[in-house]
Amino acid sequence: MAIRKTFEQEIQQLKDEILLLGSMVEQATLDAVEALKKRDMRWSEQIIAADKKINEKRFELENKVMILIATQQPMARDLRMIASILEVISELERMGDYAKGIAVINIRMGEQPLLKPLIDIPRMAQKGTDMLHRALTAFVNGDVETARAIPEEDDEVDMLYEQVYRELMTYVMADARTIERANWLLWAAHNLERLADRVTNICERAVFAVTGEYKETRSTYDEIEKTEK
Amino acid sequence: MLPENSQYAIETRNLSIFYGNFEAVKNVNLQIEKQRITAIIGPSGCGKSTLLRAFNRMNDFVPSSHVKGEILLHGTNLYGKEIDPVEVRRKIGMVFQKPNPFPKSIYENIAWGARINGYKGNMDDLVEQSLRGAALWDEVKDKLKQSAYALSGGQQQRLCIARAIAVQPEIILMDEPASALDPISTLRIEELMQELKKNYTIIIVTHNMQQAARVSDYTAMMMLYEDTRSGTVIEYDKTEIIFTRPKDKRTEDYVTGRFG
Repeated sequence: MAIRKTFEQEIQQLKDEILLLGSMVEQATLDAVEALKKRDMRWSEQIIAADKKINEKRFELENKVMILIATQQPMARDLRMIASILEVISELERMGDYAKGIAVINIRMGEQPLLKPLIDIPRMAQKGTDMLHRALTAFVNGDVETARAIPEEDDEVDMLYEQVYRELMTYVMADARTIERANWLLWAAHNLERLADRVTNICERAVFAVTGEYKETRSTYDEIEKTEK
Repeated sequence: MLPENSQYAIETRNLSIFYGNFEAVKNVNLQIEKQRITAIIGPSGCGKSTLLRAFNRMNDFVPSSHVKGEILLHGTNLYGKEIDPVEVRRKIGMVFQKPNPFPKSIYENIAWGARINGYKGNMDDLVEQSLRGAALWDEVKDKLKQSAYALSGGQQQRLCIARAIAVQPEIILMDEPASALDPISTLRIEELMQELKKNYTIIIVTHNMQQAARVSDYTAMMMLYEDTRSGTVIEYDKTEIIFTRPKDKRTEDYVTGRFG
């Protein structure tokens, strides 16, 4: 129906820009891991600088959302979509910070070599960004079914993280002097694990925007709490 | 004549309203909560005002109009044979779209209805109380003898609200009470409604969806049956539900501006 053509065009533009912001975050994540793998510090510096662009884009989108609320007074599904967009862009901005964090690790490591060649960490990055890409596509398309399915895949990222953790611990146990280098890699892996957790938040928003249901998918921390009890 | 206790302020049962053979409003079942604001929304011509006017038998003035079903005030059908419509209108007051003060002084606008109803108390007190209740006292206390027509549109509307509450009704019906007012006067009326609901039940018809969302506790969404052109209530729920996650697709389309 064409009654709210301008509004619908503006929402569509916002969705396109979310996909753009998402692809900036994906690229930053994959690049940060690749730069770490290659120990390319200049590349990492560029990634850190590029994070500013992600932050600026997020604020630009937030501002557009506020103008839409002020001028169009969205209701019901429009209101849910607009509120969800605010949430999603802030998730994306935080994911950008994780990528930046990995770039910072690479620089802090200085001239020290990697404790071990990176295998599972790039896998985590690949899996996490792939989930992110599909989650955002589901969000902008209102694809509830896909959005409900993606959080299941978080297990895979969690398993990779545990694998990285166990492997690094064997290095530490064998030689305590490796603690610092092991820690850096663990930190990088942890950032990627958190990225995948935040993808599930985007999926929850995708479901909410369409159905109005607030339904939390389980996160890694819930699992940890459960095993601790 | 009308008993005083019921769970709801007013209730309709299988209510249909006719103009001659035309069924303008069909089969409405609504339970209006006491001391709450209930908004009736929906596209033009869907029967919102007709339904509102049925609550205090204002449609009686349209010769061909009649109703089927019941409107229950404390369990008594307002359309029962023994019911005096004048008594109904005393219990259920009304405020219209355009302020319609009498061509008399501010004081007389309030006192007139009370006098007709045989009010025996102190008239000055009643006038002051009613004007205070309508948040108008401070603006008019020094010019009570002046013509009501000298007031601004927003003040006139609050005077009409004061006139409505002077006869101590239980329910106040408002038909687009702010649509002829500027934004500040509109906000004053809306603020006033929040005060009024402490003592009265309010039912408001409005085309302004933001207004319905802002002021009301419950919202009834009305719509036309395509084939018969009769209006009916298609969804009735807490206002926050209607404007954030309505259940009916047609409500969704209406509140998001895709239809209507």
